[in-house]
Formats: sequence, C-alpha cells, structure tokens
Amino acid sequence: MDVAARGEQTAVGVRLTINGLDYFARVDARTTLLDWLREGAKLTGTKKGCNEGACGTCTVLVDGRRMNSCLILLAQCEGAEITTVEGLADSAGALHPVQEAFIEHDAFQCGYCTPGQLLSAVACIAEGHTGSADEVREWMSGNLCRCGAYPQITDAVLDVAERWAP
Amino acid sequence: MKEFAYSRARTAAEASALAGRSGTCLIAGGTELLNWMRLGIVAPDQVVDIGAIPGQAGIRLEGDTLLIGALADLNRIAGHPLVEAHAPLLGQACRSAASPQVRNRATLGGNILQRTRCPYFRAEEPLPWGCNKRRPGSGCSAHRGRNGEHAILGWTGSCVATHPSDPLVALTCLGAEVELVSPNALRRAPVGTLHVTQREARHAGEDSARYENTLRDDEMIVGFRIPAQSVTGTSYIKVRERRSYAYALVSAAAALRVEGGAVRSLGLVLGSVAQRPWRLRGAEAALIGQPISKDTVHAAVEEDLREAKSLPDNEHKIRLARNAAVRAVLTAATS
Repeated sequence: MDVAARGEQTAVGVRLTINGLDYFARVDARTTLLDWLREGAKLTGTKKGCNEGACGTCTVLVDGRRMNSCLILLAQCEGAEITTVEGLADSAGALHPVQEAFIEHDAFQCGYCTPGQLLSAVACIAEGHTGSADEVREWMSGNLCRCGAYPQITDAVLDVAERWAP
Repeated sequence: MKEFAYSRARTAAEASALAGRSGTCLIAGGTELLNWMRLGIVAPDQVVDIGAIPGQAGIRLEGDTLLIGALADLNRIAGHPLVEAHAPLLGQACRSAASPQVRNRATLGGNILQRTRCPYFRAEEPLPWGCNKRRPGSGCSAHRGRNGEHAILGWTGSCVATHPSDPLVALTCLGAEVELVSPNALRRAPVGTLHVTQREARHAGEDSARYENTLRDDEMIVGFRIPAQSVTGTSYIKVRERRSYAYALVSAAAALRVEGGAVRSLGLVLGSVAQRPWRLRGAEAALIGQPISKDTVHAAVEEDLREAKSLPDNEHKIRLARNAAVRAVLTAATS
C-alpha cells in the first residue's frame, strides 16, 4: 500500500525567506528547492541544468553558504534564508559588484550558467578563496560553463575580490 | 520520484527507531538520497529528516580524541582549526571531495554511506541492463562490460563495484571509530570495518552484491572518534581524470611517524580500489624500522598488491594504486 493510501501526510508546509522576503509554501514533499524557486516563487533566474548536482547552475546561497538547489528538498528549508540571483542587485536596481565585474570582463557567452556562477563567485570571495588564479579555479570548479568562459570568470572573480569586501 | 511522507526527527534515538521501519530513509544533507530517489535506487514511503537534530554537527577535542558529529559538513570539517591541528589528513580528503557547493551540504555521516559510482548501478528505472545490486540475479553488467574504473581487490563475479568516498579513506588511515545509535544501544566500531567487500559478504553468507556494510537497519551514524596521533606527516593523494571535482580512480592515504630516520608507525590505505577502504597491512608492517626511500616503499607496496586482480579494462589501476601509495608515503615523509 502506498503512502497516500495509508493516509499519511505527503504535503509539507515550509516557512522561509527568499532575498529578504518571507514566504510560506505548502508543497508535495518531493519538491526540490530548485523547482519551487522556479515554479512556486516564480524566480526563474535560478537555472536547472543537470538536476543531479553536477553542473552548478542551480547554485543559491542557503543561510549565506552556496549549495546546489537541485539537491535540497524545500521541506529541508524550514526557517532558511535563501539568496538567489534576483537578490544580488540592490533595491534600487544597482548591480552587485560581482555582476558588474562579469560584464566588465565578458565572463559569459550564452548566460545559462551565469546565475550559478554569480552566486558561487559571491560565496567564493566571501570565503576568501581568491588568493590566486589557481585557487579561484579550484573553488569555482563546481560551476561548469560549456561556452568555456572560465578565463574571464576567473579574471572577474580576482578583480572584484581586490575591490569589494563582502 | 515516488511519493513519500516527510517528517523531522528531534532526537537521534527517535530517528534510529524510525529508520528501522521498512520503507523508511533518513535524509541529512540529501546530496546522495535525492539522486537515489530520482534513479529509483531507493523508493521510500517515508523520509525522516535528521538534518536539524541538535548537537550532531559539532567538532571538538575530548582528551586525545577528536570528535566529529555525523552532521558536520565536509567544508566545515576541512576548514576547522581542530581538524587542521589534529587530523589534517581528514581535512585534505574532505577538501578533495566533490565541489564547494556539495561540500557545504554533504555531511560526513552521509558521505561514508554514499554508494558506488558504477554507471550500470546509477541508471534510471526501468533499468536497461543487469545489475545485481539493483535487481538480484540480473547479472553484473560491469563484470562483463566496461570496467575501467572498477575494483581490483575483493570483488566477485556478481559485483565489481568500488566505494568512492575520500573522507572514509582518511578516517580509516587515522584509525577512527564510528559511533552508531540504535533505539536501545550505542556502539562503536572501527570505521574501516563498517563496509565489506563482495568477497567478504559472500563469506558471511550474504548476497555478495547487495550486502555492503554491517550497519543494521535501525542503526544511525551519530559521530566519529579520531585518535589524535603522534605522527610526523600525513598525505592524501587523489588520482583522477581531471584535477578538480571528479571521483578518484584511485586514492591513497598515509599517516607516518619517523624517528631517527626510521619508520616507527605507518597507516597506509587505498581508496576506490575495492568496496571498502583497503589497508595495506603487509606494507605497513614491512616498513616498520626501515628508512624511508623510494625503493623500500615501492618494494613493500608492490609485494602487498600482489593479491590485486584486475578486470579486462582496469589493469592500469594496479599500477596507479601502487604509485599513489608510494607517493602518499614519500609525501608524508617530507610534509
């Protein structure tokens, strides 16, 4: 007999904040943070790539730490503070220094990996893993870019790390 | 992914009691479980979240023992000053695993319970080929097919999978114990004996493909105890197809104490060569009292690896394992 037939609860209620705004969601327990961000909160900046934690394009900050939102159930996010790419620019619309640096250094081509690269870069800089180009490459390795913008991404991260203190 | 009921456990005892019920899976970070559920490797009715159980993510020193909670994530472990001071080998292994994002989420308890990366095993239902782990009696497609990354030790014709964890190799090398809670008991076991090879499973009268570890259904990992050792050097060598964010083809951990130019103690363990970390006991014993030189280490490791048996595609892994083990010892000697 499956769960629904036994009358067990397969829906779950979750309170969390996204980019500083409070949300309450009631979802099927199977729903990932990624799917709910896109389909529930309608924040489609977070992209779905491999859906198995390999590509990094779904990277968001959970309580300030970067994670793959495809590998997290929304149900696990009770009380969590999530930051997505929509939350990087300030309320007046001024871009985050990391976003500015990506534009300046031409650190993308098709743009599909960019939201994840940006969140990962913000975290990488905040973690202090920007001592050298090698260190940046190692600590940005969880974000794949099939256009091959890696040299420009590395330059952007190193550049902004010098100018911006999180 | 099949429908499931979700609940949150408040204590380890409550979680382990629920874990013993059939159709129940525990979730901590979830970086493995979500992919298992997507592929149909598991299809639980009930998922119990242990991620918010208080007091299970700590890292502290108690006398000469470093205690790490099962819920500590890999990046926190790698960056923790107590780990850096008392078990840098574990920090190094944690840092070499997965990606920064996954390491922020993946717990140490979950990491050592990850399952093989065999591509025949990690296929989506309906399974297009045989896999004795997924469907008993359906055959081992890797044994007959592509097996370049598979086991060179402990395998049987019914399964040739390896265990892919990096931290598990370091924990084994450091002589760590795992703490297991069940509804009525707390027990400790050497972490290196938690998993079994296919051959050991068969000798124990179990299914050689499906019996992977000695964890009971109602047991849950709550922590690790690592003896703070007096070693003079440690090293974790991970050999992989790209330099970052890849599983090991072979890995090797060494923890060495050299005094007066001779080896006083040595832990030497290989990873990704069998379904459990593979301690090179022969080489460890042979090198005691010896000076460290490339020739002596090479000879000892080579002798120990004579029991390795390659599959058609993975003869290179025996040489990789030997070279990684030698390099780990030599690096530990100069670190």
